[in-house]
Amino acid sequence: MAPDSRPGLRGRARRVAAQWPTVLLLGVLWMLLWGDIALGTFLAGVLLGLVVVAVLPLPSVGVRGAVRPWPLAVLVWRFVADLVLASFQVAWTALRPGPQPRGGVVAVPLRPAPDVLFVMTAELSSLVPGSLVVESDSAAAVLYLHVLDLAGSGGPDGVRRQTRALEERVLRAFGSAQALETAGLGPRGAAS
Amino acid sequence: MIVVVVVATALVAAAAVLALVRLERGPSMLDRTVAFDVLTTTIVGAVAVEAAWSRRTESIPILVVLSLVGFIGSVTIARFAAREPEEERRIRTREEVEAADAAREAAREAARAAGRPVPPIVSAEPENDDEERS
Amino acid sequence: MTHVEPGFWTTLADVGAAVFLLLGAFLTFSAGVGVLRFSHLLARMHAVTKPQVLGLILLLIGVALRLRSWTAVTLLGLVVVFQLLTSPVAAHMVGRAGFRTGKVAPEDLEVDDLSPDRPPSPPERLPREE
Repeated sequence: MAPDSRPGLRGRARRVAAQWPTVLLLGVLWMLLWGDIALGTFLAGVLLGLVVVAVLPLPSVGVRGAVRPWPLAVLVWRFVADLVLASFQVAWTALRPGPQPRGGVVAVPLRPAPDVLFVMTAELSSLVPGSLVVESDSAAAVLYLHVLDLAGSGGPDGVRRQTRALEERVLRAFGSAQALETAGLGPRGAAS
Repeated sequence: MIVVVVVATALVAAAAVLALVRLERGPSMLDRTVAFDVLTTTIVGAVAVEAAWSRRTESIPILVVLSLVGFIGSVTIARFAAREPEEERRIRTREEVEAADAAREAAREAARAAGRPVPPIVSAEPENDDEERS
Repeated sequence: MTHVEPGFWTTLADVGAAVFLLLGAFLTFSAGVGVLRFSHLLARMHAVTKPQVLGLILLLIGVALRLRSWTAVTLLGLVVVFQLLTSPVAAHMVGRAGFRTGKVAPEDLEVDDLSPDRPPSPPERLPREE
């Protein structure tokens, strides 16, 4: 951490106050870890959460967006289906006899979007469409994905198409109206 | 149930042995990290199979802890292995992030005004891109 | 509602648990095979991110079906969430470190869009294993 971003006591208190959702979340997590739904446990968790947020500061990522239930359901459903499919594909690739397929690193240009959604797309894309994020450039919105079986994924263009489709599902599920506008997706299903 | 448990244990144990072989062979530290991650998961898997067999819940917290240990190990080693540029190692402040966003947006606007291709889009497949944006 | 045997649901849950346990163990095994058999670092990491994560999730579903207690299910759910959140991040960190330090040999890649944009710093390249 850079020394200049180390805040004073007052700045620290302000930051903790600004990150109250994180503290509440940590409290709930603590309650789940104890497996004990009780007010005392929750308060202890909130107390610990305050300490964590105060001592180990993280930059605020600025989550501004919407949650749309139907696109979210589509995203989750496709994610689970793709995860099962991709897992068994990799398992088969590992187990089958003979030479292994040739892989490659493909640059996938994504739509300009807020960092949170970019990260979410990156995380999901390393789990689902048979790819793995090697390098990401959030300023230029480019992901560099390694693909295990390039021919089986439809070549570099196939990989780009799949990843952009995944990104579109993420944006539709979580992006604010403005984010969708910036990404060129229009208000309601204008593109593809 | 006993047959299932025996088969599952055998598969998980075999995976652990394979991961151990990779752990020994390397060749690089990162390969060992990957193998160690698999090994951790096989331990989680073995504890899970045991819990399913005995139907006792005492070992579940072990699973929670182990599932995080593997992650912390991988990230720590990866962080040490990669010699990152000093500039990227730092956590950016909110002002810097906003400045970078503004600069990116300005560059895109300037490019659009000049009729040049918009920077964030890599020139890999411009036709496809235009089609999806319209 | 038709009458079912009192033990019907527990038997059904046990059978489901058995199926999930076997599938999960199989996927974990294939992750082990993949990590040993794939020829270079990036390919090996595919084995760690996909079959392993799903294998673990299936194993844990099997456990949850056997235990049938809410406390256990919430904890197991937490493990699944942690796995889904951490595994891609860990894989990305390792892959990036590997690429930047040149542990990925160009001959392993059919296509390489990254090296022209951001060439890896050439370090001591270890001999590649067959």
